[in-house]
Amino acid sequence: MTAAEKLECRECGAEYPLEALYVCERCFGPLEVAYRREPIADLAGLKRRIQGGPQNIWRYSDFLPLAGGPPGPSSRLASRSGLPAGCTPLIRADRLAQRLGLGEVWVKNDAANPTHSFKDRVVSVAAARARELGYEVIACASTGNLANSVAAHGAALGMDSYVFIPADLEEPKVLATGVYGTHLVAVRGTYDDVNRLCTQISAEREWAFVNVNLRPYYAEGSKTLAFEIAEQLGWETPDRCVVPVASGSLYTKIAKGFEEWLELGLVTGDLPTMNGAQAQGCSPVATAFAAGHDVCRPVRPDTIAKSLAIGNPADGPYALDLARRTGGAIDAVSDDEIRAGIALLAQTTGIFTETAGGVTTAVLAKLAERGDIDPGERVVLFVTGEGLKTLDAVRGTFTTYEIDPSVEAFAAAAADAVSA
Amino acid sequence: MAVTVKIPTQLRAAAGGAAEAEVEGTTVGEVLDALFEQFEELRDRISEDGGILRRFVNVYVGGEDIRFLDGLETPVDDGAEVTILPAVAGG
Repeated sequence: MTAAEKLECRECGAEYPLEALYVCERCFGPLEVAYRREPIADLAGLKRRIQGGPQNIWRYSDFLPLAGGPPGPSSRLASRSGLPAGCTPLIRADRLAQRLGLGEVWVKNDAANPTHSFKDRVVSVAAARARELGYEVIACASTGNLANSVAAHGAALGMDSYVFIPADLEEPKVLATGVYGTHLVAVRGTYDDVNRLCTQISAEREWAFVNVNLRPYYAEGSKTLAFEIAEQLGWETPDRCVVPVASGSLYTKIAKGFEEWLELGLVTGDLPTMNGAQAQGCSPVATAFAAGHDVCRPVRPDTIAKSLAIGNPADGPYALDLARRTGGAIDAVSDDEIRAGIALLAQTTGIFTETAGGVTTAVLAKLAERGDIDPGERVVLFVTGEGLKTLDAVRGTFTTYEIDPSVEAFAAAAADAVSA
Repeated sequence: MAVTVKIPTQLRAAAGGAAEAEVEGTTVGEVLDALFEQFEELRDRISEDGGILRRFVNVYVGGEDIRFLDGLETPVDDGAEVTILPAVAGG
């Protein structure tokens, strides 16, 4: 039906075998997994099979680049293998929609993954493929969420792991990585320095760097967000998605997921309008979008949204192209708007997001204010990580009343709170 | 002036298997031209017509991305190290 067939250069179309390769030797372009597809006669049967699959991303294994199908003793038992990701809630957010004057808003809460970010999806696929290719060590360059995920997947799968992070990362992300017993390397430099270092190390060691030499497989994992949303909406695509942009991989692969299913006729609707969201302190893609450029000029990040602090985005050109061809945009918001976005989401939905979700919520608010969103649109807001990982962002944003344990003390504080 | 150019694994086949090369040049542009003269096959791999670098090529001088410096005009000191790397990792 569908099966990963080869790697293909996105720039020049050169073909490569399904190995740990990520760069085209001919033109230096990025490699992407290409699938052999045959028309599906029994769409209803395929839908039933997906619905009857495991409650994790392996229900979509027909559309993922593993040679041996879903990992685990059998596909039925795949949910018991490794650290299963996905099948996270899609929540209708009427109070948020009302606050922003919008018709229909849904929140895809991908903080509800094993290590509390969407990275578990991509690492699941990359780690499974690494095993198929015979690797014993997984590794990554990370802004934090990926670090948590690679360390945890290494532990779950019994693989050794090496995690490289910028030395100034938020403490919760460092602690939530080290606990899994990984080799944690804090690099004095920006994420882009870490990424350069890992690109160099990956050439020297027989390791599966999930976002370097395994990146074509890793990136495919993000498609499962699109599959899940389409399934959760009753096999329909939403009208618009608001997605965080760091390297641009997640943003472009979500669209690829929708496109693959639209092409097969598995879902109804159109490719959604794709809105990308960046922090102003690291907005190379938003800047290029506004200027009409088709490549990004790298920047040095300075933002509280550290999980999006990639100054040199690998998929920048493709993100720009996607925004333009879907009638979307790439917008950037300030650190204060990000903090306000975190509070708005928390106070209207009960979902506490890390800074990246503050970025998407703030961009949604900006689009609403600008009048870009039609009241009839069904919008999906992407929350890709957990608020407990970036607690500094909300410190000092509310008042706590500390009182003695007496009714009088409480009454005084309550009166004070009312007058405040 | 001798400059060391670090050649990434993906380009070594086009450079006779070499992992690095010693070339002369006072700017990144001159260094790359000298490299291309040594290994003609490399030219088309990483640069487009007109000598502009392809969009997924990163070049560093002493660990710094040349787009934060003066691009191909970035001066290169004697004994410096110029590193070519693919720009398609991360995220």
